[in-house]
Amino acid sequence: MTLHACDIAWEAGGQPIVRGVTLRVPEGRLLGLVGPNGSGKSSLLRLLAGLRRGSDGAVLLDHRPMSAVPRREVARRLAFVEQQVSTEVVLTAREVVALGRTPHRGAWEAWSEADHAAVSAALARTGMADRADQLWSTLSGGERQRIQIARALAQEPRELLLDEPTNHLDIRHQLDLLKLLQSLDTSCIAALHDLNHAVAFCDEIAVVKDGTLVIQGRPADVMTVDLIRSVFEVAATVREDPENGRVRLDFLPD
Amino acid sequence: MTVHVQAEVRPRSFRRLGLPAFGLIALAALFLAAAGAISIGEVAIPPAEILKVLGNRLFGMDLAVDPIREGIVWHYRLSRAAMAASAGAALAICGTVLQALLRNPLAEPYLLGISAGASTGAVLVMVLGIGAGTVTLPGGAFLGAGLAFAFVAFLAHGSGGGTERVILAGIAGSQLFNAATSFIVTTSANAEQTRGIMFWLLGSLGGARWADTALALPVLAVGLAVCLFRARALDAFAFGEDAAASIGIDVSRVRTELFAVTALLTAAIISLVGAVGFVGLVVPHATRFLVGPAHGRLLPASALAGGVFMVAADVLSRIVVPGQVLPIGVVTALFGAPAFAFILWRSRRGA
Repeated sequence: MTLHACDIAWEAGGQPIVRGVTLRVPEGRLLGLVGPNGSGKSSLLRLLAGLRRGSDGAVLLDHRPMSAVPRREVARRLAFVEQQVSTEVVLTAREVVALGRTPHRGAWEAWSEADHAAVSAALARTGMADRADQLWSTLSGGERQRIQIARALAQEPRELLLDEPTNHLDIRHQLDLLKLLQSLDTSCIAALHDLNHAVAFCDEIAVVKDGTLVIQGRPADVMTVDLIRSVFEVAATVREDPENGRVRLDFLPD
Repeated sequence: MTVHVQAEVRPRSFRRLGLPAFGLIALAALFLAAAGAISIGEVAIPPAEILKVLGNRLFGMDLAVDPIREGIVWHYRLSRAAMAASAGAALAICGTVLQALLRNPLAEPYLLGISAGASTGAVLVMVLGIGAGTVTLPGGAFLGAGLAFAFVAFLAHGSGGGTERVILAGIAGSQLFNAATSFIVTTSANAEQTRGIMFWLLGSLGGARWADTALALPVLAVGLAVCLFRARALDAFAFGEDAAASIGIDVSRVRTELFAVTALLTAAIISLVGAVGFVGLVVPHATRFLVGPAHGRLLPASALAGGVFMVAADVLSRIVVPGQVLPIGVVTALFGAPAFAFILWRSRRGA
């Protein structure tokens, strides 16, 4: 257990957004963060990434409060992929991925063989190697997302946090991305909207509603008809696939 | 023999000019512009005579030169060209840094009202007559620049943040501080000082002597060194502050540090040559186009290009209207305003 939220709370403009969440991130696994719109998923991810400072509680990185760890040290082991980013700077895809090496390089340190290898590996991993010399501005939304993930991988993190990474992707790239996250040795936390993707790919699921953690556990244990009704306010049936033990959800119009 | 026709779908290859190549070209341009700036004037001085003066002054040679003409070259024109180059370099660095930090292609000290704040501070010190001019004038300019920074930041933040709000806040700031400068000068200054209002609002290299350059150069060197030390951090701001923080940048510290350096550079230059606009806008964009956006190369390249631009602008200011010297800010604005329009036009299309 290396990344751990301890009764973390955060408010914006006097409005509580995250209210006392305690969450452990399973090592080397994929944790899906699900919940209705405005439930505080993005805010919780930003707290876990150390980009926001909680008003109460703490985020612990190897049992040290994140706020006490220098930013650069955090970035050498924890990477964060935002939902959607933009830039006016004219950069090639490779230059964007190379930004991921920033925490590993000193101010005057030259570009090293290790940096080059990490960038190339990240580009290959995300299937973007042949687009490396193309301009960021000419990439499609899905390609941009994959380049951002490649940038995060170039940081060589032990924890990878992603805010709705499957947004803007077509179905094949959604599945490719989830498979990629599943295959990584890195601990991943991804906020996901598609509950069927969450149960199909995640090792664990954390359900958030109104800024609190409702439940965390194996998909088959967590995703029950009652939970879906109370959290997402829809009727659903849950079937277990006898072959792989994974569950499938069907949503019913009422 | 078969001919392979490769369909290249890639838009264009990104061959950017290397820093050594750019540096050589820019240095050559700087020498050329400086030669022009030194030889052109009421007393025309041919390049050969300039070389003799340089030989006498720099290498202690004993070449025959008319002492009055030598004085014109060394004390007036060369110091003026050196001041112009330092000012251009400093303002270009400020523009480069502000555009990266604020993620706004229109950010620069003049448009953000920092120049106006520095003018107000300097004028206040001058009119109130606090201390000896050479030390307190830049000090007052720095306080004014800092105040303008705080004002613009406060207004931009209070109006909901966002990169375009910064420019709107800057417009409000520059109007306010320019009005304050005019108010102070017209109500409290004597006739001599009142004539100086043009200096503070439009800039002038007329009073530049070696003592001024001696103040500008160390500030420029320190400023450039700090910015270069933070070059990677500036690169990291490409996708915004959260993105920078998530790749290990201590955002608030870097921002505070670099805003302070920008205010210091702007204040030093404004207190010496007045408010010169648009250099910080035009030069970084043109340079970025040539050497690419990586700040490790962009910052020194911008500094060089800014120097060339200002020396050339100074030459223009002296030859456009025969027998008359235009304020340097008028010349830079004549180039800067169309550049501003062009950048505005392009960013609209890209959005």
